[in-house]
Amino acid sequence: MSVDQATVRRIARLARIRLDEADLPQMQDELNAILSFVEQLEEVDVAGVEPMTSVTPMAMRMRPDVVTDGGDVVSILANAPVSEDGFFVVPKVVE
Amino acid sequence: MSDLTDLTLAEARDALKARKLSSTELTQAHVTAVENARALNAYVLETPELALEAAARSDARLARGEGGPLEGLPLGIKDLFCTRGVRTTACSRILGEFKPTYESTVTANLWRDGAVMLGKLNNDEFAMGSSNETSCFGPVVSPWRRRGSNVHAETGEGIVGQHLVPGGSSGGSAAAVAARLCLGATATDTGGSIRQPAAFTGTVGIKPTYGRCSRWGIVAFASSLDQAGPIARTVRDNAILLRSMAGHDPKDTTSADIPVPDFEAAVGRGVKGLKIGIPKEYRLDGIPAEIEALWQRGAEWLRDAGAEIVEVSLPHTKYALPAYYIVAPAEASSNLARYDGVRYGLRVPAKDVIGLYEETRALGFGREVKRRVMIGTYVLSAGYYDAYYVRAQKIRTLIKRDFEQVYASGVDAILTPATPSAAFGIGEKGSADPVEMYLNDVFTVTVNMAGLPGISVPAGLDSQGLPLGLQLIGRAFDEETLFAAGQVIEDAAGRLTMPDAWWT
Repeated sequence: MSVDQATVRRIARLARIRLDEADLPQMQDELNAILSFVEQLEEVDVAGVEPMTSVTPMAMRMRPDVVTDGGDVVSILANAPVSEDGFFVVPKVVE
Repeated sequence: MSDLTDLTLAEARDALKARKLSSTELTQAHVTAVENARALNAYVLETPELALEAAARSDARLARGEGGPLEGLPLGIKDLFCTRGVRTTACSRILGEFKPTYESTVTANLWRDGAVMLGKLNNDEFAMGSSNETSCFGPVVSPWRRRGSNVHAETGEGIVGQHLVPGGSSGGSAAAVAARLCLGATATDTGGSIRQPAAFTGTVGIKPTYGRCSRWGIVAFASSLDQAGPIARTVRDNAILLRSMAGHDPKDTTSADIPVPDFEAAVGRGVKGLKIGIPKEYRLDGIPAEIEALWQRGAEWLRDAGAEIVEVSLPHTKYALPAYYIVAPAEASSNLARYDGVRYGLRVPAKDVIGLYEETRALGFGREVKRRVMIGTYVLSAGYYDAYYVRAQKIRTLIKRDFEQVYASGVDAILTPATPSAAFGIGEKGSADPVEMYLNDVFTVTVNMAGLPGISVPAGLDSQGLPLGLQLIGRAFDEETLFAAGQVIEDAAGRLTMPDAWWT
């Protein structure tokens, strides 16, 4: 399988990465090189094989459902590029 | 003073305990070495004041007859580990001047045991790379040079040869250890990022079993594959460091709740009676004859030390790398979604919030990271998920099953080459085709896919005078056998003489 330029544009949009039109052909070539490399996986017979979900068998640990963390606005906002009154600031989302 | 940086971590530990040496002297010697080695670009942030303060505290503890297992030992920290109040960037522009307000569990464990931080080490951006060339701080220069090369810190007339890569992604860690800019370093390994740079720089590096070290506070790349581990100059030093780094952490649900053995005690255990497997599928076409020969020699060393050598089969080996290039980018695209210009790091203003995300990520991510995020986005997208992602996870099951069958047949560990070549020159690989660079991890990536432990031990020099490593792969949570067998290889090969400091 290979991707055309419209697909590269769509992937970039989904990935939230702005891509210059001038960069499209090179990105397309690189993505196609990777996709052609992984194509060999098609020759493996995977009938009846379960997809891996956990590399080591591990039961999820339970703990009491209580608050263990939080209430630390100052440290959470410490690295924010823009914040105000204890909130992160973003461009207007809802009109 | 420069002799102090030549000590192994174990030697320095013993000298400190015996009060023959102070941590302040030891740390100052390393601080000076780091300052004089900026041409290597191994450190992206030096923290000499913090180091000397910590060393003074260690000296006070040692004077009282106290101190942890790593008391007063200066280490370098890969810039993927969050360090409280100390800039942590994953060597990506998108994290900017990010200063964590918390400490990663692994580094917290090191400080608990008394270690001293010299600074933050360079790596490939978000650990995506095999040569440390994708870092936003620029490439790391390996302290190794090809035989006959006289490259040094400055370039100019009459220079023969070129600067080499230290491997990646933990290139800063490996270069710093080889150049004696720290006694040991933290590193991480998602597809080979500890073992490949260790092999390229004549150092020892272990990727422990998935779950052995907590991932909490380590910048995430591919969560089902990422593991932290040490790089140091000897097998023993690795064992000492891993014991402190490892341990259960309730903050990482994939962290294994099992006791951490005294790894150092396993170092001298030998391999008598062990069965070591040689996987026939690792005999790849186009592998240099020197690497074949080295692999053969490694098997003989282990046989001479009393191990039984058997041929084994891992039939799905060739599919590990392509499956990895679906699984790892898929997880990366999801993990890196958090870099949105809102909560931390770089922000490029735009008129709406989608524009803010897109502009921030366009400027903040480097080329390799964008490529992987996009591949990951594609293989997870509607209509392709089953064909790529689910199929790759099924193949991962088969890869793990291969190993399980070999271990079930009584094999204790598997011996392979660590890398398909020695170190290459900066700019030499992967500029036209990204897959050329990916092939570096062909021998190491299977281990991550199966969650197993793997150690890379230097085993000799090639005809260019560059180090080559051998890899030992163990059963899950049996790092001890790797330390025992690794020590046999280290003893047989003889410890490499690290290069003289041409970079100052």
